[in-house]
Amino acid sequence: MSATPPTLELRGVSKAFGPVQALEDVDFEVRDGEVMALVGDNGAGKSTLIKSVAGIHPFDSGEVLFDEKPVHISGPKEAARLGIEVVYQDLALCDNLDVVQNMYLGREAHDLLYRLRETEMERRTADTLKTLAVTTIASTRQTVATLSGGQRQSVAVARAVMWNSRVVILDEPTAALGVAQTRQVLELVKRLAEQGLAVVLISHNLYDVFEVATRITVLRLGRVVGVYETAQTNQQEIVSAITAGVATKISGPGDEQVET
Amino acid sequence: MSVAAPPEARAALEENVTVLGAARGYFDKVKAGDVGSLPVILGMVIITIIFTAKVNVFFTAVNFNNLIVQMAPIALIAIGVVFVLLLGEIDLSIGYVSGLCGVCVAWFQDPGTGHHVPGLIAIALAIILGALIGLLQGSFVALIGVPSFVVTLAGLLAWQGVIIKWIGSQAAIGIQDKYVNDTANYFLTKTASWVVAAIISVGFAVTSVAGLIARRRAGLPLGNPALAAIRVCFVAVIALGATAISNHDRGLPLAGLIVVAMLVFWTFIARRTTFGRHVYSVGGNAEAARRAGISVPFIRIVVFMISGAMAALGGVLFAARLSGVDLTAGGGSILLDAIAAAVIGGTSLFGGRGRVVGALLGALVIRTIANGLGLLGSSSATEYIITGVILLAAVTLDTVSRRRLERSGG
Repeated sequence: MSATPPTLELRGVSKAFGPVQALEDVDFEVRDGEVMALVGDNGAGKSTLIKSVAGIHPFDSGEVLFDEKPVHISGPKEAARLGIEVVYQDLALCDNLDVVQNMYLGREAHDLLYRLRETEMERRTADTLKTLAVTTIASTRQTVATLSGGQRQSVAVARAVMWNSRVVILDEPTAALGVAQTRQVLELVKRLAEQGLAVVLISHNLYDVFEVATRITVLRLGRVVGVYETAQTNQQEIVSAITAGVATKISGPGDEQVET
Repeated sequence: MSVAAPPEARAALEENVTVLGAARGYFDKVKAGDVGSLPVILGMVIITIIFTAKVNVFFTAVNFNNLIVQMAPIALIAIGVVFVLLLGEIDLSIGYVSGLCGVCVAWFQDPGTGHHVPGLIAIALAIILGALIGLLQGSFVALIGVPSFVVTLAGLLAWQGVIIKWIGSQAAIGIQDKYVNDTANYFLTKTASWVVAAIISVGFAVTSVAGLIARRRAGLPLGNPALAAIRVCFVAVIALGATAISNHDRGLPLAGLIVVAMLVFWTFIARRTTFGRHVYSVGGNAEAARRAGISVPFIRIVVFMISGAMAALGGVLFAARLSGVDLTAGGGSILLDAIAAAVIGGTSLFGGRGRVVGALLGALVIRTIANGLGLLGSSSATEYIITGVILLAAVTLDTVSRRRLERSGG
C-alpha cells in the first residue's frame, strides 16, 4: 500500500487570513483506494485546508502535487478538472432544483446553443445512483427540498463521484444524521474507496473515523500533529493529539479495547 | 436501453396516468413549495365571471382587445421582474426606466430633428438603453454588493429626474412613426390571426409530444401524459378562443403577440438553457452556485440587464399607446403593477421559484380588475384596495408554502 504514490499531496502549504495564520507548513497526502481521515478541533484548519484544495481560496505558499506533478489550483473549475471533488458539510445543494439539476449544477450538458440535454442528464443521474446503490430516492425529478438528510447526503456524494473524480473530500458527512442514515453514508464512503477513489473524510466523530479510515491526519492550530495508521493507533492517542498536540501514549481502557 | 419502457417507467406511467395521479402530483409540488399557476388561473376565471355578470360591456370583443393592449406593457415589464425575483433581488427602477426608454424612442423618431431615425431603430436604441441601465445598476449590486433595493431606489429617483431634464421645456414629445405606434395600435387581419393561433397551438403540441418521445427513447419515466395532454388542450383553447373573440373586433392586437413571443423566448431561456438553470440556482443557493463554478456576479448583472431591457420594451408600448410621452412617463402605478403582476403570477419573493408565464397571468389579473372596475364606474380607490388585497393574498400563499417546505424538508 505504501508503495503506491500519493494521488494528492500537499507540501508545506500555508494560508493566512489577515493576521490569522489558518494553516502553517502543512504536509498532507491521500492515495487511491484509501480513506484518509482529517481530524482536529474547531479552528484547527480543516475547512481552510479543503477549501484551498477545492480552489475556493488558494494557498499562500507551499506546493500542491497531483499524481506527483506540481499543479496550481486557481479555482473550483480547475479543481474539478483535476478530479478533485468536495462534498461540503452544508452539501451546497439548491433546494429549489431537482436531483438531476443538482447533480449537474454548473456543469450542465448542453449543445452548441447552450440548450440543456435533459434526457441525457437524467439517464446518467439514474445510472450513477444505481452504481452507488442509492436506492432510497424514488424520482430523480423531485426537488431536493423534499429529500431526507441521508438522501441529500447521497445526492451530494453521487454528484462528487459522477465526474471521473479521483479525489473525493467529504466534510462532516454524518454530522446531521441519525443512526441508520449514518450507517448508510459510511457504507457509501467505504464503497467509494473500494472503487479506487482517494477519499478524504473530515469528521468529529472518532467512531466513524475508526470504522472507515485507513489513515488519520491530525491537525491542531493550523499545524499537522501527526499521521497515524488506523490499525496501529487508538482513540485515546488521537484524542490527545487533537487536544494536546502531542502524540503521548497514554495507557488506558481505550488502548486495551483496540488491541483486544 | 430497448424501445420498450423499463418496468419502473411503466409502473410510474400506470400510477400517474389517472387524473387522481395528476392531482397527487400537483399536491406533491405544492408541498415542495411550488404552488404553480393553478390558483391564479382559478382567480382569473372567478374575476371574469363576476365582471361578466355585473357589466354588460365587459365580455365583448372590443373590451377584450382593449384589455390585451392595456395589459401588454405591464406583462412585458413583469417578465423582467420575474428574473430579478428569481435571484431573490428587487428592481424598483423599472417604472422610470420604462418611462425613460419611452422618452428615448420618442426623441429618436422625432421627425424634423437632427437625430431622426427609423422607428424600428429607435425601438432598438431604447431597448439597448434599458439594458445599459440594467448593466450599471446590476454592477453596483453584483460587483460592489450594494443591496439591490437601494441601488434601484436610487435609480427610481435619478431616472425620473433624467426624464424631466430630457423632455425639458417641450413638456411632451409626440410619436408619429408608424412602426413605433403599431406596437400598441396595430391589429392583425382576421386570417392572419387564425394562422398565428394555429401556429401557437400546433407548435406547443409538437414540442410537448417531441419531449415525451425523447424521454421514451431514453427509457426515462414519462411523468404524466394526461397532464401534458390537458396542458396542450388548454393552450389550444386559449389561443383559438382568444382569436375567436378578437376577430369579432379588429383581429388580434400586435401588442398581445409581442407578449406571447417574449413569453416563449424567455421561458425557453429560463427553462431550457444553462443560463436559465444558473439563474434558478443562484436564487436557490448562491453559495452552492458559486462553489459549483457558476459566476454569480455575471448572472446577477445579466438578469438586471434583462430587467432593464424588458422595462424598455414595456415603455415603448406605453409610449406608443398614447402616441407620445410627457413629463409623467414611467410614473403612476407602473412599477407596483409590474412587481405585483410577477408576484401574483406565482414568483416567490424569496428567490428560486417562479415561472415566466406568471408575468402574463399576474398582469392579466391586475389589468382585468382595473378594467372591470373602470367599466363599473368605481373609483380608483376601490381598484387600489382590491389589487392590494390580492397582492397580499399571493404573497401570503408564497410565504405559507415556503414555511411548510422548511418544516418538511429541514
